[in-house]
Amino acid sequence: MPNPSEHRLPFEAPIYEMETRLTEMEASYAKNRAGGENPGLAEQIRRLRRELAGLKRVIYANLEPWQTVQVSRHPQRPQTRNYIDLIFDQFLELHGDRAIGDDKAIVTGLAHLGDGKVMIVGHQKGKNLAERTACNFGCAHPEGYRKALLKMRMAAKFGLPIVSFIDTPGAYPGIAAEERGQASVIAESLMAMSQLDTPIICVIIGEGGSGGALGIGIGDRLAMLEHTYYSVISPEGCATILWKASEHAPKAAESLKMTSRDLLRFGIIDEIIPEPLGGAHRDHREAAAVLKSYLIRALGEIAAQPRGELLQRRYEKFRRMGVFVEGGHALNGPPAPVA
Amino acid sequence: MSLRPGGQANTWHGHFEPKRVPEGVWMRCEGCQATLFRKRVEQNLNVCHECNYHFSVSAVDRIAQLLDADTFEEWFPDLRPGDPLGFNDRRPYPERVRAEQERTGLNEAAIVGQGFIKGIRIVFGLTDSGFIMGSMGSVVGEKLTRAIEEATLQRLPLVIVSGSGGGARMHEGILSLMQMAKVSSALARHHAAGGLYISVLTHPTMGGVAASFASLGDIILAEPKALIGFAGPKVIAQTVRVQLPSGFQTSEFLLEHGFIDRIVHRRDLRSMLAQLIDYASP
Repeated sequence: MPNPSEHRLPFEAPIYEMETRLTEMEASYAKNRAGGENPGLAEQIRRLRRELAGLKRVIYANLEPWQTVQVSRHPQRPQTRNYIDLIFDQFLELHGDRAIGDDKAIVTGLAHLGDGKVMIVGHQKGKNLAERTACNFGCAHPEGYRKALLKMRMAAKFGLPIVSFIDTPGAYPGIAAEERGQASVIAESLMAMSQLDTPIICVIIGEGGSGGALGIGIGDRLAMLEHTYYSVISPEGCATILWKASEHAPKAAESLKMTSRDLLRFGIIDEIIPEPLGGAHRDHREAAAVLKSYLIRALGEIAAQPRGELLQRRYEKFRRMGVFVEGGHALNGPPAPVA
Repeated sequence: MSLRPGGQANTWHGHFEPKRVPEGVWMRCEGCQATLFRKRVEQNLNVCHECNYHFSVSAVDRIAQLLDADTFEEWFPDLRPGDPLGFNDRRPYPERVRAEQERTGLNEAAIVGQGFIKGIRIVFGLTDSGFIMGSMGSVVGEKLTRAIEEATLQRLPLVIVSGSGGGARMHEGILSLMQMAKVSSALARHHAAGGLYISVLTHPTMGGVAASFASLGDIILAEPKALIGFAGPKVIAQTVRVQLPSGFQTSEFLLEHGFIDRIVHRRDLRSMLAQLIDYASP
């Protein structure tokens, strides 16, 4: 169980305050226990626990988009490797893109999920400074996407379903990344994933940063954990373009409609996977348990469909996306005014 | 700060507004700073006759330059953007779209349709970098996807000329990002059906456009000295905090690193396309 006090989000201050009070009360109760039971204090503790749960519920039910971004980036939030440990058995990591190297920003490997076998691909950000540096903060280079594609092709060859965990601020914007064809490799990945003849489930587990997220994000099911975002541009990047200052990121996060609820409303994702009370960073085990049951259910649903329709359905899924007006009639998605 | 070949400082601010041939009798070249007679530049396909700097050309001019005269038939011209996000980019998005429509005479950044190149029928699409930086929102994605599907169905060669400094259009949020998936899926089917697709990159081709249809051709051509890449040079400079190499993210840089087949001068583009289509025809 992570210690949530290590990293404190500003809007969680009332939660931490109440938790401190509760800890003090519990300590005092334990200390004075030798001198006989204190029914008054025990009742106070029970009441405060209920209040704390209620407080978390209220705060997390009303997160502003920017607060959601902060939760999605929480350093104690479970990452791909945490979910691999908690959800799957016998994980067998596979490395390298057979051209440039082994990009640690994307983890790939085989594993057992319940009664079945799958290929896992997922961004990894790292937990401490050394890991984060090695993982390049979850920002993959072209070799990361090539590695993912290579393993996914192999999975399709042997009929293994693919589970993709998305958690990246974006594909890395660097000199080497451009020299090695970042745009080209992401394009290639989109095109190839649309044709991989095996079930693919994509879940945003943290940050869904633009093309870097989409690069492993084409599948038969798209889902988002409750407190994550998925966006065409980072709120900071958008704020810099629109208002010339990244301090306006909260306003940009609001404008971009990037939360799980927004994406469900736009028909982009199929489902929101609920997080434990107060966010996934408060309880890795529970977050993993809910995610696991989602994965098993979704794979079961896809398996129940006629096999030959898989690629046609995947094509139609993305084919429908978009909001525009034709001949005065709004098509696809919610009605939109004629621009 | 990197210098584009020809000495022009690269002033990319996340979105790139390419320079059109300006109004007036005389003009200055963006590439070599020479003073040029405007009419002569226009007669030279909007290319500087001193340094070969390729100015952007409008959709209408591009069609006239590449296709046989009066053969272009536009498809789906009345697709217009919605405003799914209620986006306000210092002015409401629908207002911005209207202003761009009035300024450019286009309904959207993409035009698709069919036409002939030296008597060969093709499906042709382009993005005009002058319309909200040629960025791809739902309409651009939908028009290109329909055009690709039509090319697949009719077994016609497909040519798309990209000019987009904006990549995926921010104003339509996640729906823009998903157009990359939609267009790429359609191209996957086109390729699987044996269809030819030639992608032509012009200045600038960035972000979500570069990371989808622009990079998925059987053959990828580029005009000289075009800015082409995934992330904008300014974003990269801020991230890596070192001087970007000279000529970084130009057509020449991409050729050097193996990501495009050829750099083609604008005056040769039409005949090159015809020749390539001929090679791919039975």
